[in-house]
Amino acid sequence: MTDPMTPGIAAARLSKEALAENFADLHAPYAPHEAAVAADRCYFCHDAPCITACPTSIDIPLFIRQIQAGQPEGAARTILDQNILGGMCARVCPTETLCEEACVREAAEGKPVEIGRLQRHATDVLMAKGDHPYTRAADTGKRVAVVGAGPAGLACAHRLAMKGHAVTLYEARSKPGGLNEFGIAAYKSVDDFAAREAEWVMGIGGITLAQGMLGDDLTLDGLTAEFDAVFLGVGLGGVNALRAEGEERAGVEDAVSFIADLRQAGDLASLPIGRNVVVIGGGMTAVDAAVQAKLLGAQNVTIAYRRAREDMSASRYEQDLAASKGVRLMFNVMPKAVHGNGAAVEIELEYTASGPDGLRGTGETIRLPADQVFKAIGQTLTTDAGLAVEGGKITVDASGKSSMDRVWAGGDCASGGDDLTVTAVAEGRDAAEDIHRVLSA
Amino acid sequence: MADISANFLGIKSPNPFWLASAPPTDKEYNVRRAFEAGWGGVVWKTLGSEGPPVVNVNGPRYGAIYGADRRLLGLNNIELITDRDLYTNLDEIKRVKADYPDRAIIVSIMVPCEEEAWKAILPLVEDTGADGIELNFGCPHGMSERGMGAAVGQVPEYIEMVTRWCKQYYSKPVIVKLTPNITDIRKPAAAAKAGGADAVSLINTINSITSVDLDNMCPEPSIDGKGTHGGYCGPAVKPIAMSMVSEIARNPETNGLPISGIGGVTTWRDAAEFMALGCGNVQVCTAAMTYGFKIVQEMIAGLSQWMDEKGHASLDDFIGMAVPNTTDWQYLNLNHITKARISQDDCIKCGRCYAACEDTSHQAISMSEDRTFEVIDAECVACNLCVNVCPVEGCITMETLAPGAIDARTGKTVEADYANWTTHPNNPSATAAE
Repeated sequence: MTDPMTPGIAAARLSKEALAENFADLHAPYAPHEAAVAADRCYFCHDAPCITACPTSIDIPLFIRQIQAGQPEGAARTILDQNILGGMCARVCPTETLCEEACVREAAEGKPVEIGRLQRHATDVLMAKGDHPYTRAADTGKRVAVVGAGPAGLACAHRLAMKGHAVTLYEARSKPGGLNEFGIAAYKSVDDFAAREAEWVMGIGGITLAQGMLGDDLTLDGLTAEFDAVFLGVGLGGVNALRAEGEERAGVEDAVSFIADLRQAGDLASLPIGRNVVVIGGGMTAVDAAVQAKLLGAQNVTIAYRRAREDMSASRYEQDLAASKGVRLMFNVMPKAVHGNGAAVEIELEYTASGPDGLRGTGETIRLPADQVFKAIGQTLTTDAGLAVEGGKITVDASGKSSMDRVWAGGDCASGGDDLTVTAVAEGRDAAEDIHRVLSA
Repeated sequence: MADISANFLGIKSPNPFWLASAPPTDKEYNVRRAFEAGWGGVVWKTLGSEGPPVVNVNGPRYGAIYGADRRLLGLNNIELITDRDLYTNLDEIKRVKADYPDRAIIVSIMVPCEEEAWKAILPLVEDTGADGIELNFGCPHGMSERGMGAAVGQVPEYIEMVTRWCKQYYSKPVIVKLTPNITDIRKPAAAAKAGGADAVSLINTINSITSVDLDNMCPEPSIDGKGTHGGYCGPAVKPIAMSMVSEIARNPETNGLPISGIGGVTTWRDAAEFMALGCGNVQVCTAAMTYGFKIVQEMIAGLSQWMDEKGHASLDDFIGMAVPNTTDWQYLNLNHITKARISQDDCIKCGRCYAACEDTSHQAISMSEDRTFEVIDAECVACNLCVNVCPVEGCITMETLAPGAIDARTGKTVEADYANWTTHPNNPSATAAE
């Protein structure tokens, strides 16, 4: 029998009941009356700041008013017209730094309209009806390859299919969804939502899902030869190295792999987790990995971030979520070495300070017990496929067009924008519109 | 500590809060509980003539209008007068009055417009020892189809006639309850006074359909697929009721006629407003039906606190105080110039004032790139819509321009003197100012 105190890396630190409770929906869905009350708080602002703050420019006051008027399905249409993955975005968007931060009631009372939860209410009601709400335009005879079935690829494929183009959607993994399926915390997407949503999106028809990986069995030359246009939404498949001594020790893992394994696990009790876990990084992936390590039963979980709290890309809300689950947040520390006899036992962190030459170690170090070290220090493009690249990402213009004719890109693999699901959706959608414009010319 | 005891037509009650004639006052059980909860008086649910009592529908009797969080704003009903035996009611009234001598008990009555009918019931009511009667000339549904209730209240001559009978066959105060379903409320009030009424009470409920079931295409409340208009009451009707009260209070023909105010009284403030417009007391129903008898505790405490804050020692200190300030449009001061002022410190930048003014009013609010909203004095007619739609209380206010200031909209100097439409040069009927 294992428990949080069991040394090393062990499975089943918590009972099945405790695990089920820990990984339940982070925000329970609204009951209809709760939604009506929450919707009534919206002031229906003129030229509303929340719309401007949304990367997909959803008409938020309008959809909230539709909920208030008793038509969540109509509200969902307003959302999905702009963002076909509105259901997932309602769950994973850092609304606290987007629409809800811009809400005038946030400024006035520190209590914004709960836009994310209202969006989930609307999209849940519509999706529960089962029917796909959009229809395809007449067949254009054009064929488009969309590479990567993550948020950008799904949004692009859906918009292209709606315009009447035939889409082949290539995915390297066993299922579509991208980071929605493999890369975010389980408690944000319960009940297999990512898979259900991907299937629902493809329910428009005209999208053929195929196995394929750029740089492996797919080449850009082959794709451009076969298709009228190509959209790349391949994400960032590589993980940055720690550049710390002992990085190769057993127990040092990629946070994204840990999360992907967890998301695909049939039985959470089967997942081994360390007694002492240290997550290196300061983004959403770091928080998702740390919180879930804690929820699996790790006794001590620490996020070690090399800069100050205010520099963390994970929002204050995410930081507080981590803290509330018992995760310790350490700032201004960077990994110096992973110590152990074969497997990791301790991590040595060096304190940092910002100076005129940027961040540097102060020479002072601290050692933490660490059976497991998760790297969440950013991801990298696996292949540029011969396209122009800037800042480690495929260069695109405002409409998603790459340096190569008839090739567009969007999502995390493309330049510009935050690495958010909602941004990927906007980029995929906008690229589809541009592809359609070019193909229709 | 303010004295909130009331003396209405010589009928004393420890506070001015009476329960109106309605389901809450239909039987001894409820009325005793109401008195224990603190109500100053009750108007017993309307009695009909001796004989088989009326019957009610057996489906829903109420329909409602809701605000956010299902707050009940308006209620309508299609219930009739008491459906219990006359003598049961009379016995109960007598018992309760004997046990609660300090509380007011008024008996509401509705019998056919025939002298014999009134002559028959009034001695029975007199015998209960109740403090007075209220003539139900107001119910707009059901009974009105049988020539009673609002059907009487809509004919001033009938009001006067029946009131006269009641004064003839009954010795204690007679209150005439008026229907609002009429063009000019002053006429039935004057008729009641002419008939010798000691007071009027108003308003009874308003003809209404609260909603339509769009699946079954039937008004609510629906009885087996059919609906009928009911009587509307609750917070939504208060403005209509107060206007009617004020009309009677300031009409020279009825000025001074005691009024019992009814219509959406929910808190102490509502009561104080009705009383400021001339009511000697108020009657409450929907608030009690929504929240229970306990609400009277808030009303008592609230009225008392407010009176202390204002230095009113007794109800008479403020009853009717707002009547002299209720006037006709033509007497409003046209030289009173105000402009909207937006407090930038309080503004939360929602832009509702801008949308309202730009789309539907006078294009008198500007919006900058950074969502700063400012009043354009040259366009502002001071309509107050921005104040009304602003979600932040006190953020937008109306500033009165001092005499001598220039009104940027008209370019004219604000005058100190009062001037109204009756003397305005644009008025073809203006009387020349001498």
